[in-house]
Amino acid sequence: MDSVRSDAAPVVLPTAVKILIAGHFGVGKTTMVGAVSEIRPLRTEEMLTDAGIGVDDLSGVEAKTHTTVAMDFGRITISRDLVLYLFGTPGQDRFSFLWDELASGAIGAVVLADTRRLKESFACLDYFEERETPFVVAVNCFEGSDRFTTADVQLALNLDPGTPVLLCDARDRTSSRAVLVALLQHVLSLPV
Amino acid sequence: MQAPQEQWPDAVPVVRPYAMTSGRTTPARGAFDLISIVLATRPPERDDGLHPESAQIIRHSQEPVSVAELAAELDLPAGTVMVLLGDLLAQRLIVTRSPTPARGVASRPVLEAVIHGLRTL
Repeated sequence: MDSVRSDAAPVVLPTAVKILIAGHFGVGKTTMVGAVSEIRPLRTEEMLTDAGIGVDDLSGVEAKTHTTVAMDFGRITISRDLVLYLFGTPGQDRFSFLWDELASGAIGAVVLADTRRLKESFACLDYFEERETPFVVAVNCFEGSDRFTTADVQLALNLDPGTPVLLCDARDRTSSRAVLVALLQHVLSLPV
Repeated sequence: MQAPQEQWPDAVPVVRPYAMTSGRTTPARGAFDLISIVLATRPPERDDGLHPESAQIIRHSQEPVSVAELAAELDLPAGTVMVLLGDLLAQRLIVTRSPTPARGVASRPVLEAVIHGLRTL
């Protein structure tokens, strides 16, 4: 018998959902993805070219600026029907349009922060606030950084009082999972 | 001045991915995003005549797999993989689950299932 699955056959593909792990360079995004992912973090690259370049016009290729942006991601299989993907967002402002694609359809975002460089989190926070993407702030507790309370961080980042702030260790699976759960609970608590 | 290297891997050859898609940057069929789930409709050995990259996609999608994973496995930009997937979809060699709409994406039961999974796995 032919082994081709016909379109009519009940092929059940799992539902995929995604959460973004955002934050500035070196804050531990890939570390957190790796801590919770069941697979080694994978890397996907997207090629960026100047907008409007005719792709048929190969004559000018050498002169154009092409660059690739790497995104690290991981996977958590919740069940046969449900898979959670975690994407570490590329860190720089100029890639924000790439974030748009990533943020579209995302459950929400974890904004990882470092108390030694809180200011560097502002661009990220602004982005998600503007987009109305739900997020939590997770302070990655680096060794040697001063201990701040979550209330200090809330104040320093001028966060909406409803935005959860947590302390975490991005290297630790349990701690990182707790951050994801906090994000999901936050999303559930928002008015529909 | 120069940004940290993390975001600036060495430039990859640019022409090849475009050549692979005959210069196209959007899929002929279907709308894919990074977490679109793809499944091949046939085993790999039946894919005579496919381009090597398309044959690779068929091989890697014998079980449901995301576009992001395919791109990582094939070491190709996700956009290129989406174009190839569009062709495979038109040929009915894959089935796909369309990306969810932008807002109100995950229903309450889905969110609760994810929480439950994270707590018990």
